[in-house]
Amino acid sequence: MITETIKAVSDSLQVVEHGAEDTSWIVHHILDSHELFGIIPLPEIHLFGLDMSITQHVVMMWLALIILVIAFTKTAKSYKISRAPKGVANFLEVLVLFVKDEIAKPTIGKGYEMFLPYLLTVFFFILTCNFLGLIPFMATASSNISVTASLAIISFFVVQIGGVIKNGFFGYFKGLIPHGVPTWLLPIMFVVELLGLVTKPFALAIRLFANMSAGHIVILALIGLIFILKTFIVVPVSIAFALFIYLLEILVALIQAYIFTMLSSLFIGMAVHQDH
Amino acid sequence: MEGFNVAHLAAGFGAALTVIGGALGIGKIASAAMEASGRQPEAAGDIRTSMIIAAALIEGISLFALVICILLALK
Repeated sequence: MITETIKAVSDSLQVVEHGAEDTSWIVHHILDSHELFGIIPLPEIHLFGLDMSITQHVVMMWLALIILVIAFTKTAKSYKISRAPKGVANFLEVLVLFVKDEIAKPTIGKGYEMFLPYLLTVFFFILTCNFLGLIPFMATASSNISVTASLAIISFFVVQIGGVIKNGFFGYFKGLIPHGVPTWLLPIMFVVELLGLVTKPFALAIRLFANMSAGHIVILALIGLIFILKTFIVVPVSIAFALFIYLLEILVALIQAYIFTMLSSLFIGMAVHQDH
Repeated sequence: MEGFNVAHLAAGFGAALTVIGGALGIGKIASAAMEASGRQPEAAGDIRTSMIIAAALIEGISLFALVICILLALK
């Protein structure tokens, strides 16, 4: 919130003479940019006609990667010393057991061990990316539609490949259609179920992207209200509301990571155990 | 009515209608959850978990509409 205030001040000073009609600075702070924290320029790399430049969100994802690798290798090593975890292993064990007992086992049932590493990866990656976005001067990688779409596509492939491995290629597609359907409905049901397979990851991507972006946009809009109205009276109200939304954002970061993982494991469970 | 930007107006109306739908849906879920917790307080933990999942799914839908409103407002 401090960073948004400072950026809002410095940008609004440029916009004040136009009567603060231009609100594009809100969007500018949400989108990906080629400059880290607005100051350090990052390299632009164009490979094979694709834009593979290292942008702010890429650096945030690398930071999440480094944090997760360090935390989990320390956790794994501490289990060699004693079965009872101490320190960071203690905290991570709570979360790992939560994902295993509340998300993976109830939804996938038998054979959940094959999918547990993927579910844990997705849960902790999204959680770390969401929390990194709440720190001042950092950006939220999961508020980028490309990042969430990539996670959703990977979930889609895990679901399909898991279903095909457990049920066989034709058995999986035959099992998509529920029992007791009259024969003349079969072509339509098949198309509908195929479409359902595709829309579910789409919803996963958009849900995470919109939830993460909306929180930041609301905070920026509330603080920008001070500069649009140009009075001091609105300052305590605006800051109080922005603080409340900030706390709500912490809750939403946790909930969205949980929902993405829970829905992914639900789809895996539906694909693997196809008895309707 | 020349030069009147309808896209911004539509974005405002869309966001308001979306909020109405989302708030109604989540309100119904919360009221059902409260009632169920009152009937059987031992199941309150499970009910709370299911309530949060259902609320997040409904909020996902209202955020689809919000994304479209933002796209409209940026035109």
